[in-house]
Amino acid sequence: MPSSLSNLRALCAAIALLFAFAHPAAAQLSFKPTAEAVQEDKLLNALKEGDKITGRISIPDSMASSLIQPAGRDWRDFQRSKLPIIGGVAILGMLVLLAVFLMMRGRIRVDHGFSGTKILRFASFERFTHWLTASCFIVLALSGLNISFGRVLILPLFGAGAFATMSGYAKIAHDYLAFPFMLGLVIMFLIWIKDNIPGKIDWQWIKQGGGILSNGKHPPARRFNAGQKGIFWIVIIGGALMSVSGWFLLFPYLPANVTALQFWTVIHAVIAMLFIAAMLAHIYIGSVGMEGAFDAMGTGEVDLNWAKEHHSLWVAEEQAKGRAPSGSDTRAVPAE
Amino acid sequence: MARVKFLCDADRCIECNACVTACKNEHEVPWGINRRRVVTINDGKPGERSVSMACMHCTDAPCAAVCPVSCFYTTADGVVLHSKDLCIGCGYCFYACPFGAPQYPKVGNFGSRGKMDKCTYCAGGPEADSTPAEYAKYGANRLAEGKLPICAEMCSTKSLLAGDGAIIAEIYKERVMKRGYGSGMWGWKTAYADSPTG
Repeated sequence: MPSSLSNLRALCAAIALLFAFAHPAAAQLSFKPTAEAVQEDKLLNALKEGDKITGRISIPDSMASSLIQPAGRDWRDFQRSKLPIIGGVAILGMLVLLAVFLMMRGRIRVDHGFSGTKILRFASFERFTHWLTASCFIVLALSGLNISFGRVLILPLFGAGAFATMSGYAKIAHDYLAFPFMLGLVIMFLIWIKDNIPGKIDWQWIKQGGGILSNGKHPPARRFNAGQKGIFWIVIIGGALMSVSGWFLLFPYLPANVTALQFWTVIHAVIAMLFIAAMLAHIYIGSVGMEGAFDAMGTGEVDLNWAKEHHSLWVAEEQAKGRAPSGSDTRAVPAE
Repeated sequence: MARVKFLCDADRCIECNACVTACKNEHEVPWGINRRRVVTINDGKPGERSVSMACMHCTDAPCAAVCPVSCFYTTADGVVLHSKDLCIGCGYCFYACPFGAPQYPKVGNFGSRGKMDKCTYCAGGPEADSTPAEYAKYGANRLAEGKLPICAEMCSTKSLLAGDGAIIAEIYKERVMKRGYGSGMWGWKTAYADSPTG
């Protein structure tokens, strides 16, 4: 027994010796937790615009791997400070412009009066497409404006509960009416593109300001004048941008990246404000602003004198094809 | 009243994910929603750190600022809560949140995210405290019972701290002084601007 005890002592001494010798090596390898530790301040300062601090995560949601994204602040600033200015200037500015224009120019009349003879301007399918797109646009615009400005303008009137219920339905309408709206855009593009290619005649129309500011002067135009071509391309390009950006917002797991989603919401909101402002002008000139214009999308048939004044070349083409009355009105003179 | 906050001492976090699990269990959080998560930065490299992150209950919260229906409110303790009855699931709070806190129950296409869910600091929601209705929507209300959030309460290394912001900041500073290093109070600058005690 004593010998085994001394053996144990010797073993312990040997182990202790081993540790004593090993110690310098261990010190060399010792891990310094401070040396290269990630510092939040450094990471934040190194971030570029729109960047975020990301890492690895064990839950299967790639978006959750973003730890801090300071860009959220910029997005908030855009929503609460910049967008109201953009929207206010675009939409209220357009309403003021239209009001001033109405006061100065008044309603644009048919110079030669109504002839009583009608010419078909938009066939039923064209009108259907127009109103499909237009009715969707109005609901989309109102529900979209509600998201941006309802909290300030409508919530105090309705109260929190009623406003949230209304906004909930508005959001559903916004999400689902996007699809018939996009369908309408595609059909409009296909059926009207051929009449909306810019040409030399449009330059002449633009130089004369479309004859808008002077009574009785009407630059010649085919089926669509330069102004209408402008509206067509605003709708097509604006609508395409709204569709693409809206698509990402409807399917947020497509980009699966909060920075991309922020970008698309900004595009969606800014284009929407400009789009709404442009459509206010379109609605104005198609209804209050010009006598005889609404019939084109109402019954589809416009007065021949209106058509001759605003679309002289188109009337001539239609008459040549035998699709329009020749115009028995003796007062009718070719515009310009 | 205390201004309550979370503080994750990343130099102590061992990425055990117990805070995540405890949170899910305490509130019976549905599949796909993680009110709290642990993100590992510089994974596998020298200086790797893990940070447990949830809603930071920001001062002047961005989610509340951008919500189109104004469904957020801040309690007297500084906890940012929201009403699921008002929420329309638009996703705006997720875009604005610096910490990715807002979660949605549906992997929603066609914009059908469902009502937003996020960390409540174990403080429930607008319903009466500790009622079944409150539990079903927001989970347990531990604050009403005088307890702190479960994630911090059971953190094995006491990396995650919850409580009065001034006190937990003091605890963290003492730790940093004593051990001689600290990777920062993650998220505080972003959540509480430049007034970490405010």
